[in-house]
Amino acid sequence: MYSSSFQYFRPKTVAEASQLLKKHKDARVLAGGHSLLPAMKFRLANPMALVDIGAIKRLAGIKAQGKALWIGATTTHAEIAASGLVRKSCPVLAETAAQIGDIQVRNRGTIGGSAAHADPAADFPTVLIALGATFVAKGPKGERKIAADKFFLDLFTTALKPGEILTAILVPSYGKGSGGSYQKHPHPASRYAVAGVAAVVEVKDGKIARASLVVGGTTPNPVRAATAEAALSGQKPDAASIAAAAGKVAGAIEDPLSDHYASGEFRVHLATVMAKRALTAAAERARG
Amino acid sequence: MASRIFGSAIKRREDPRLITGQAKYTDDFVLPGMAYLTVVRSPYAHAKVLRLRTKKAAAMDGVLGVFTGQQMKDAGFGAIPCAWVVPGSDTKTPAYPPIAIDTVRYAGNAVAIVVARDRYLARDAADAVEVDYEPLPHVADAEKATQKGQPQLHAEAPNNVCFHWKVSGGDVDAAFKAADVVVKERILNQRLIPNAIEPRAALAQYSSAMNEVTLWVTSQNPHIVRFLLSLDTGIPEQKIRVIAPEVGGGFGSKIPHYPEDSMVIFASKMCGVPVKWTETRSENYRATIHGRDHIQDVEMAAKKDGTILALRAKVWANLGAYLSTASTGIPTILHGLMLSGAYDIKNIHEDVYGVFTNTTPTDAYRGAGRPEATFMVERLVELVARKLKMDPADIRKKNFIPPFTDGHTVATGLTYDSGNYIAAFEKALKMLDYAGLRKKQADLRKKGEHIGIGFCTYAEICGLGPSQVAGAVGFGGGLWESAIVRFHPSGKVNVMVGISPHGQGEETTFAQIVASELGVSVDDVEVTHGDTARTPMGWGSYGSRSTPVGSGALMGAIVKIREKSKVVTAHLLEAAVEDIEYDDGKFFVKGSPSKFKTIQDVALMANVAWNYPKGLEPGLEASAFFDPPNFVYPFGAHIAVVRVDTETGEIKLERYVAVDDCGRVINPMIVNGQIHGGVVQGVGQALWEGAAYDESGQLLTGSMMDYALPKAEDFPNLELGMTETPTNVNPLGVKGIGETGTIASTPAVYNAVMDALAPFGVGKLDMPLTPEKVWRALQGARR
Repeated sequence: MYSSSFQYFRPKTVAEASQLLKKHKDARVLAGGHSLLPAMKFRLANPMALVDIGAIKRLAGIKAQGKALWIGATTTHAEIAASGLVRKSCPVLAETAAQIGDIQVRNRGTIGGSAAHADPAADFPTVLIALGATFVAKGPKGERKIAADKFFLDLFTTALKPGEILTAILVPSYGKGSGGSYQKHPHPASRYAVAGVAAVVEVKDGKIARASLVVGGTTPNPVRAATAEAALSGQKPDAASIAAAAGKVAGAIEDPLSDHYASGEFRVHLATVMAKRALTAAAERARG
Repeated sequence: MASRIFGSAIKRREDPRLITGQAKYTDDFVLPGMAYLTVVRSPYAHAKVLRLRTKKAAAMDGVLGVFTGQQMKDAGFGAIPCAWVVPGSDTKTPAYPPIAIDTVRYAGNAVAIVVARDRYLARDAADAVEVDYEPLPHVADAEKATQKGQPQLHAEAPNNVCFHWKVSGGDVDAAFKAADVVVKERILNQRLIPNAIEPRAALAQYSSAMNEVTLWVTSQNPHIVRFLLSLDTGIPEQKIRVIAPEVGGGFGSKIPHYPEDSMVIFASKMCGVPVKWTETRSENYRATIHGRDHIQDVEMAAKKDGTILALRAKVWANLGAYLSTASTGIPTILHGLMLSGAYDIKNIHEDVYGVFTNTTPTDAYRGAGRPEATFMVERLVELVARKLKMDPADIRKKNFIPPFTDGHTVATGLTYDSGNYIAAFEKALKMLDYAGLRKKQADLRKKGEHIGIGFCTYAEICGLGPSQVAGAVGFGGGLWESAIVRFHPSGKVNVMVGISPHGQGEETTFAQIVASELGVSVDDVEVTHGDTARTPMGWGSYGSRSTPVGSGALMGAIVKIREKSKVVTAHLLEAAVEDIEYDDGKFFVKGSPSKFKTIQDVALMANVAWNYPKGLEPGLEASAFFDPPNFVYPFGAHIAVVRVDTETGEIKLERYVAVDDCGRVINPMIVNGQIHGGVVQGVGQALWEGAAYDESGQLLTGSMMDYALPKAEDFPNLELGMTETPTNVNPLGVKGIGETGTIASTPAVYNAVMDALAPFGVGKLDMPLTPEKVWRALQGARR
């Protein structure tokens, strides 16, 4: 568990961090370190330099920004889980944060780190896609915004370009008439999602006006269960329509991941069950 | 007699230093000039080592040396000894070189060592060692390894069979012929990884001028390690000091004398500086012993009324690539002799094949052999009950050995010391409200909810043990214990013991014994262990022996102190020695208790010896050794209640009731703590844990991210009860409690899950009972 040697930088500004990333070609951004440092200790990752963004004050915090929440990239899972603002404006995000890892992980791990690392079994990517979040990145060419649906490209791969730093995530708020839920089957060892499903449901006049359903853990990146979403539109949020929609989740999962703990077939089954549970809870919350 | 301190739940004196971080573990020791050792390990499960190139690594800045197995051998460091060879089993003991020389036999086998100024450099240099391997075919499954055409690990062991051991009692064939029902099962008691929170570490300081060495090491038995090192390092025993400082858990995995112990001594000798090695967690998963790994073909015969007639078993025990210190004794003596469990089974036969495979060596893991026996018996009893449509509680009651206080001999030849199995079981059933819970279960089933109730009523063997038996069964050492009790002029006491506790709390319980039996304050007693230079010879802490055997030695020393104190008191009170009596810290003349001397008065006078009996040696110190006449046999009843989510296959432990009987209880809090830890570890085997190798012989479950350990949030509050049936095997009537939880909880939880799944016709699943296995079984049943 001893990493190769590396240079370590702790810049105070995003511009400085950008410069360092440009200068040191093999540098990696360090946030909470809960994925990168273990990989380095296993010598699976051997970066020549680490750019620790933990001292950049403007990257941390949670604030309301219009109808969205601005969440700084270095905000920890624990801060999100405990935030009154998040619990009021986007409770499903707090609920998700509270299910990540254990206390130690939640105290160190950051939302930006989780998103930028793009682990297939991470919890935040799934719920961020379901919520329609926007990712803010800053790089040598300035700032740009990336929609959640376009952010995750492949296993451990995002739309961030070399030299770009994820600075914040904009998460749409939802209020009365809408409900969200994140349900997962955690791996018994790591507590990562073997299958994690995020559902956001808007109910108007007793019918589902809009449903967002995203499945994580079963494929390299979370996938939207579009057919299931469409099936729910205009339906009563009852057990029958939810079961019918959950039954369509399997169709969204191509080539499911498989490992020693859970086969692809079982993952798909778990996703179906978690989808049913997430939709049921979300619909209940939407009704108030 | 004993004051209230015996039996009271005083706080553990070990804890303040542990919870404030002041405890010093092996890795905390830093010596001047100290260097660090890293082991280069084989990535292959089985391969020939064609060529080792060390020059590049040796030339790196800060590297003190790179060494191979051949160099170590040439320097006089021999193979790691196997310390248990069971007689009558034709055991093969192929050499276990500390560093492989020509062939590597499991992924993780050492091929070279690197010594450098710091840990990072050592790791960099280890990466620079180039090894050319020629991969060989490999085998990880013990039964398969014995079949024709399989890869051979050691020339001495054809078909990879290390031994074939048998145990027989009664007439098994006749009993099976006479049976009304026979049940059969193939049980996979899976491989487990011990996971002590402190990985192993070793630090050696060798003096060439003196040819002596001090070794700080994570050991449960420093005296045994010293003895074995004297056999394989060429350094004589009196020149070796082994210190086991604070040890962060062992569960059996810190019993063996490991190759790394020899490596650091060798490296210190070669480099002329102290050398430390500390295991990484990934290394721990591959290079520290594993436990269990049995394939068991078992059958039980019974009468229609549920009377068990016989048990027959054939077992393939996976020993791994080499023989670890005690590995051959685990699946034989500590397993096969316990197949009667808590029941009166008159006919028993078992064949055990110990098998070499291309896997990490196995050895004792908490329970060590007894969980493999108890699971087998408890599972078979359930299957008989199910076949006869009997209540699993009733079949147990019918077959229990009736209460006994003075020995009961079972078919395998062991004589249990004392037991009252029905009393413990009845108490547990009452705590559970068994009848009420069965009704609730039936009601829930109507609603489509599925809970299950599972039992384990066990008897186990521990408190190892009489030395004559140890010798007779091939154990390479004695199994007695020792203690020194030393009174100072101020009346304070130092106690030095041969046992080596590492979390079990004997510093507290032994102080309680001294306080109770000699009338000093418990705070006046200091207990020292774990250092061969500061403690008398002893055989260490494992097999739940520290208290039952160690307290026997302690009591021997206490009695000697009392006897000598009587002589001193008689002199001071001008009375005859025969007239002096002792009670609660006071020595007085029979009939006039107001005239007395306290133990402190006696300690002062014995130490200054101003006014002292003629011819009596000064000082108040006694040394005693205790070799128990028998093992001890704790017992109890554990009941698990689980809920199965039939959608996902997830299992939730809803209640856990345990009634354990470990004879007289010195400190109930410490006893409960042992049960808590044990139960949790055993549940881990039933539900989550299991080491797995992939097709290339690599450990799939190689980290805590993959190997699922129990977590606090997975458990309800454990409901613990006790019965107290003393033993006459030792002076205090105490039995061991370190392993009962692990022995009992695995079958209890497994049986509970099977009970929950019974309406679906699911009869068998392999552990760990993961959600996917449960789900697949339910899918099969629904089809």
